[in-house]
Amino acid sequence: MKNLIKQVFHSPKFVVGFVIFIVIFFMIIFYPLFIKADPLDMVGGLFNKPGTYVAVKDVVQTDEYTLKINTALARLKSISIADKQSMVDWLIKFGNVKKTEVDIDEVATLVDLWQKNYSSKVVQKGLLAAEKMNYVRLNNKINQLINSGDVYIATKDKDGVLSSTKPLDPQAFVNTKDIVNKKTFILGTDNFGRDVLTELVAAMGTSLKIGLVAGTIATLFGLVLGLLAGYVGGTLDDFIMFVTNIFTVIPSFILLVLISFSVGESARGVMLTAAIIGFTSWPWTTRSVRSQVISLRNRNHVNLSKLSGHSLPRIILTDILPYVASYVVMAFILQISSGILAEAQLSMIGLGPATTKVSTLGLMLNWAMAYKAPLTGSWWAFLPVILAITLISFSLNLMNTGLDQVFNPQLRD
Amino acid sequence: MKGYKKYYSNKIIWYLLTFVVAVILNFILPRLMPGNPVSAIAIRATKGMTSQTAIQKVYEEYANTFGINQPLYVQFFEFVKNLFKGNLGVSFMYYPRTVSDILAKSVWWTICLQLPAIIVGWFLGNILGAIAAYVRGVWDKGILPSFLFLSNMPAFGMAILLQFFFGVYLKWFPTALGYGYDMNPNLSLKFIGSVIYHYQLPFWSIVLITIGGQAIGMRSMSIYELNEDYVKYSRFLGIKDSKIVKYVFRNSMLPQITGLALSLGTMVGGALVSEIIFSYPGLGTTLLAAISGRDYPLISGCTLIITIMVLIANLAVEILYGFIDPRVKAAQQD
Repeated sequence: MKNLIKQVFHSPKFVVGFVIFIVIFFMIIFYPLFIKADPLDMVGGLFNKPGTYVAVKDVVQTDEYTLKINTALARLKSISIADKQSMVDWLIKFGNVKKTEVDIDEVATLVDLWQKNYSSKVVQKGLLAAEKMNYVRLNNKINQLINSGDVYIATKDKDGVLSSTKPLDPQAFVNTKDIVNKKTFILGTDNFGRDVLTELVAAMGTSLKIGLVAGTIATLFGLVLGLLAGYVGGTLDDFIMFVTNIFTVIPSFILLVLISFSVGESARGVMLTAAIIGFTSWPWTTRSVRSQVISLRNRNHVNLSKLSGHSLPRIILTDILPYVASYVVMAFILQISSGILAEAQLSMIGLGPATTKVSTLGLMLNWAMAYKAPLTGSWWAFLPVILAITLISFSLNLMNTGLDQVFNPQLRD
Repeated sequence: MKGYKKYYSNKIIWYLLTFVVAVILNFILPRLMPGNPVSAIAIRATKGMTSQTAIQKVYEEYANTFGINQPLYVQFFEFVKNLFKGNLGVSFMYYPRTVSDILAKSVWWTICLQLPAIIVGWFLGNILGAIAAYVRGVWDKGILPSFLFLSNMPAFGMAILLQFFFGVYLKWFPTALGYGYDMNPNLSLKFIGSVIYHYQLPFWSIVLITIGGQAIGMRSMSIYELNEDYVKYSRFLGIKDSKIVKYVFRNSMLPQITGLALSLGTMVGGALVSEIIFSYPGLGTTLLAAISGRDYPLISGCTLIITIMVLIANLAVEILYGFIDPRVKAAQQD
């Protein structure tokens, strides 16, 4: 046994898969210990960008420092490339500026030129009214950006009269460490304003649990049927193989849809979904366990056991099972990963766990798609989820390939 | 030819049997639903009605139309009889359109999308896998993990990524639907162009996923074959490498064909969900609409037609296999 484990850990593929899996696993266990927030807490808004959010009021009330940084220049960087391009176009066409004078990459000079030359009153031949309006809007936007006029903070006294203390200094900065109310969303928020990272870690845990339950059910079921069919043979074998063959051909996706729909929305919790997935994915295991058992059935040590009058369960447990064990472990690993995939797939068509108490990877994706996250460019709502599904399944499959190479030396590189 | 007849009739009988089981499951499972579906629809239809007798009447009419008053076996025979007539009932959501009418439209979109995509993906995957096994070295070391990664990505995950990157970010391709929303299906050049334009993202998302899984399988099959004695012997005899590769390719192809038959169901399931991502007007999107609208005749129709499609495709693959694998012929001639 020790030797076998040593051999397994010599396979680079297994080790890589194992490391990825353990990292994910530790993340699921340790992350909630440090960040105790409820993963389903709706703290943010619809698809907030990743980043740190600070309370605006707190900023004003925090001690300030004066830094000598040109703040207006940084603000100009927020002008989009499309806007810059249209500024250049206008300047060349109507602003009497030579092509060589403008450089799209120099924002400061471009804005200078723009301010000097742009006027909505210039005759702009060949432009639609809408396009002219667009330029007016662009001009307003730029003026707003470079406007260095003072902003005042006012307080209200008890008569309701506003009195301002002092203008906000454009060079005033605060240290983010001094601000009391702030929240960092490393992966932004989802459509309900939940922190995606916290939710994702919780969802990975739930999905892994679903995979484990589904995999255990499928493997146990498949193993028992396979052992019986292979060892007992005869009519039982014919019957089991008949059922197995039918269920390998009928797509399990269809069975999943039919059963999940039939149990009804009220009953469809996480565990039931896992059980349904488990009970629709056993045929593969049955088939391969059976074929292995048939090749073992007439080995000498099995015959010896039979002659010694050992009972059927004992022969299966001590003489057959150890030989198919390596195969069963590999099948189990694959079942886990396909269980996670099946849950995600079911959730995508609205037949996943019908509960708002937990999050699963599939449900997260389903919500992201329902709120059109890709179309609004909110990549943080779906990209990490897809990556999580892929990585979990990738790590499990790598481990499986590694094991395969150890147990079937012919495949070794 | 006589041997083949036995092989094929066996296969066909086997698939017919599977089909019967599928039909029974399709009939039985939705009827196990807690609370019968008809009362659910009747409640919807009678919303706002106050007169008890009117509600009772509506319920009875629905019960009659859907035949839930009769014993289960009578209902089943009715179901089968209607099935042979191509009558799958009336959709609840799109009343009064019939289920077969709705499916007749969407089924072609699905077939035209998935069949070429799976075939192209299968061929590309096998060729790349064989090359990876033959060349080995750095190329193989780099390409194998990426294929493994690809094959572990759910099909809809790839669809979302392509939609986001090529549709939203680069704006090269449309992000949804099967053709321009301002068009009516017809045979004009403009319409066909629009269909092809909208076809790209869903198509490639399925192809890429298929490539990954097939390449992995083909690679390990080819490595296995390359270590076989006949390859060593042929090398020893000085047979050209290109000829040996041909033998190896043919031999490792056979398990891949069986593998295709076995994994077809999973592939189709995944591809159906990617259709949903692109709101492609195929069966996947219809199924989603049916599920969210609790339109159970339509769900039942969708699952049945998908099962039939997978069964036919499987049968086709097995028939093809019979022609390609000489062992089948040999076994039948004994």
